[in-house]
Amino acid sequence: MIDSVYFEGLTAKLLSQLKEGEHLFINLSGENSQFIRINGAKVRQTGVIQDADLELELLLEKKSEDDGAFTSGGLHKVASSTTLCGLAYEDHERLSAALKRLRAEASQVPADPFAQLPQRLESALDVTSGHLPDVANAPAALLGALEGIDVAGIYAAGEQFRAMSNSAGLTHWFSTKTFSFDYSFYTPSQRAVKGVFAGRDWDRGAFQNSIARSREKLRALEAPARRLDPGSYRVFLEPAAVADFIGMLAWGGVSEAALRQGESPLLKIRRGEATFSPLFNLSEDFSRGDIPRFNSEGELAPKELALICDGKLVHTLVCSRTAAEYGAVSNQADSSEMLRAPSMRGGDLRLEDVLMRLGTGIYISNVHYLNWSDVPGGRVTGMTRYACFWVENGKMIAPIENLRFDDTIYSIFGDALEALTAQCEFMADTGSYGSRNLGGVSVPGMLLSGMKFKL
Amino acid sequence: MNKGTMPVPMIARYNTTPRAALAKPTDLGDTQRMAANLHSALKQLKQLHLKDADWVGFREVRETCTTRSMRDAKPEANSTSTTHGVMVEVLANGQFGYAATPRLDDESLAKAAETARDNAVQASRWAVHPFTAAQRPPVRTNYQSPVVRGLTSISPREMNALLAEICVKLKRSDKIIRTEATSMTIETETSFVSTNGSDANQKVSLVILDFDATAQDGSVVQRRSGGGRGRAHQGGWEQVLADDLWQRVDLVADQVLELVAAEECPSETTSLVLKPDQMMLQIHESIGHPLELDRILGDERNYAGWSFVKLEDFGRLQYGSRLMNVTFDPTVSNEMASYGFDDTGVAATREFLIRDGVLQRGLGSLESQLRSKVPGVANARACSWNRAPIDRMANINLEPGTSSFNEIVSGVERGVLMETNRSWSIDDFRNKFQFGCEYAKLIENGKITRTVRNPNYRGITVPFWSNLKKVGDASTSGVYGTPNCGKGEPNQIIRVGHASPVCLFENIEVFGGA
Repeated sequence: MIDSVYFEGLTAKLLSQLKEGEHLFINLSGENSQFIRINGAKVRQTGVIQDADLELELLLEKKSEDDGAFTSGGLHKVASSTTLCGLAYEDHERLSAALKRLRAEASQVPADPFAQLPQRLESALDVTSGHLPDVANAPAALLGALEGIDVAGIYAAGEQFRAMSNSAGLTHWFSTKTFSFDYSFYTPSQRAVKGVFAGRDWDRGAFQNSIARSREKLRALEAPARRLDPGSYRVFLEPAAVADFIGMLAWGGVSEAALRQGESPLLKIRRGEATFSPLFNLSEDFSRGDIPRFNSEGELAPKELALICDGKLVHTLVCSRTAAEYGAVSNQADSSEMLRAPSMRGGDLRLEDVLMRLGTGIYISNVHYLNWSDVPGGRVTGMTRYACFWVENGKMIAPIENLRFDDTIYSIFGDALEALTAQCEFMADTGSYGSRNLGGVSVPGMLLSGMKFKL
Repeated sequence: MNKGTMPVPMIARYNTTPRAALAKPTDLGDTQRMAANLHSALKQLKQLHLKDADWVGFREVRETCTTRSMRDAKPEANSTSTTHGVMVEVLANGQFGYAATPRLDDESLAKAAETARDNAVQASRWAVHPFTAAQRPPVRTNYQSPVVRGLTSISPREMNALLAEICVKLKRSDKIIRTEATSMTIETETSFVSTNGSDANQKVSLVILDFDATAQDGSVVQRRSGGGRGRAHQGGWEQVLADDLWQRVDLVADQVLELVAAEECPSETTSLVLKPDQMMLQIHESIGHPLELDRILGDERNYAGWSFVKLEDFGRLQYGSRLMNVTFDPTVSNEMASYGFDDTGVAATREFLIRDGVLQRGLGSLESQLRSKVPGVANARACSWNRAPIDRMANINLEPGTSSFNEIVSGVERGVLMETNRSWSIDDFRNKFQFGCEYAKLIENGKITRTVRNPNYRGITVPFWSNLKKVGDASTSGVYGTPNCGKGEPNQIIRVGHASPVCLFENIEVFGGA
């Protein structure tokens, strides 16, 4: 079993092997998860996965000398990741072998001028528990409530852990137990409602309420769909749709390195050529406690960091490497400078007023497959998906056939942004590439005066 | 490094597509040793007589990926990751259950089999279909990628020096604000044994060498790559360190400077010529994914989506122009997704998916074929030991036609020639798409003329393929791939290959940037 004691035991042995001039960062990521994949309220695939990977990043400090290919003084950085099996002797053997390989390789790579030595910082221990259905009972807990519904989705549950240690004496541990059921309900004509039921403590009553709400929404989709011509329409975006647009800023949007290197869609804002609406406020907010505050170098991010205030870019995400390269000030961002705990501030639009304020236009529950059609121009394309409706004079008239939009974030988050709902929703991140994701995004709904639809 | 010793062409040409060889068992060395504990565990399991289990399979995977990267001739990454574990699948009461474990000893594998069996039994009341061991046929095959120049034959020092030199050569002008060069090697060893006699091994070697430059002129920023990570092949370093490497580096620097000085791609409905490094994406999104039987059956509809293709369309639907001939072919030597058998033990064979524009066959495993009653292929694939196999593409190739590149271009009065994918988006039924490219040229009166930037186009799948008017001959073909195809719940990223000639489409909506 891999826990904080096991991790500390492994790292102590590794650190004791370091020689003079060697520095080490150690990062652990793992999970013990159950998955049940559902189609048509039947089980398509089911099983459990135990997985943990430990990365060693070795910095070899060398005195300056010229070996022909590179000036080899400075910090030479190499990294290696290894699967852990949870058996102390075997894991120690694997990691010792990895350390030996790194030691041999480090002298062969050029010095990294922006590498940072480990620091002894404040340590963090964050363990949260949860009450999940037993693995054996999970199919019944889930499928017993879904009989008679055409439903597809994925149930994922179990423990996740992250840990970090370094040769300066720092150790962090984070573990949590969570579940999520990410699902879609379908009408016979293949129209669908999307839902996510997620948390730490499984509550049968809350689950049944979530199912009942989605079934209620599904009824509205049974009317014949309306085909809309391409053009510009007034739009209301539900929080799930807003979350996907914020997701487009997560990678390379508010990253200082991306801005410096011409890869951010916010270049126009940085150059002072554009702003977002004064209604738009975005921050990193770790106060939910659902994701570690420490990064791969062990730095603890501030509990809250304002990024865009009243439409203006006030901070970017700056990691220590970027800070060293560009002379900027680090704000303990992750090395990828991606958003880890995005939170958007709400406005004053009451949910009961949404349709009236929309008037005539499109109510969009979800969007799909967003991508940039022009990164420097901030132009993004994607599709409407799931429960989207044509609204006339404040009344839902009919579901729509899906449309392709292609518009800029300077319009969506800027000129066209009329109002934000007062209530924000937390959208749990149910992604699981490589391993189950942690955290999520907190966003309001958005009312837009216009959005361009092209196909 | 002496680049004169790299004689193998960079892009494997489609007209030279030897079938990948199935190796003799003794050729696989380490893979044979890696599998040894699986036989022992299977033997122990048989002695335990695992109650209710109708079939048990062990699939052990060890994958090592080494990435080296330089940005502006300074090191960004020198990292190696190894993932190693066993996927244990058990069939009980007509339901497959699984347990993925990183513990490789006999006792742990037997325990994982019990866990997988329990999962299957507990879920079998709600089984989507009653499966049998016929969906896990016995396989006794070995496969390995043909490697001439081994993945460890270039030292970390040599590779860092090469990547730094590429960055330096890309930095042609002060307008070039960023340069990057990345190499990646991936070695994946798989061993598969089962209670009904499977005993098979695969060793896949992949290499990627990618580089790009970003230029800025005033407020215009453009990026041009050497093909992106789609320029990946099975094999050794001979696949990417070719004689034309430095010409290609020069071309990227030339073209990114052209792009920042270019006008926007015009917005009009016109003729569109696509090079193979964009056809790759067009095939992937608008042919590959819609034909996956698990999507058509609805397994994927909560995530990546459904398909406009219906089960009754197979054998009937005119998918596009009669010039369209599309194959599923995991037997092409050096293409990214070649293999000897899929992750359920089905031997890989070449099959026509679309012939003369008519839909023939789906991309579906034996499980999907049983459920759909539609013919499929050997495509049950998992991204690693910690995921169960699902319906996937392998190599999906558009077969060459008869037109030379000159014949294609000279016949266009006005149009746009686009190359190298940079943006992709398509709806959840795989109908309405919009794709963008890095680089484009106008075609005017049968001649290639000015460079235009931010080229994009959009369309709807069947009408788009119906507008396919010319398919290039083998001399225009290139082999590319997609190393990061995402699908499945839990999510999986897998590598697929796509070979295609240059193609001409008519009456397509093209447009530029913001």
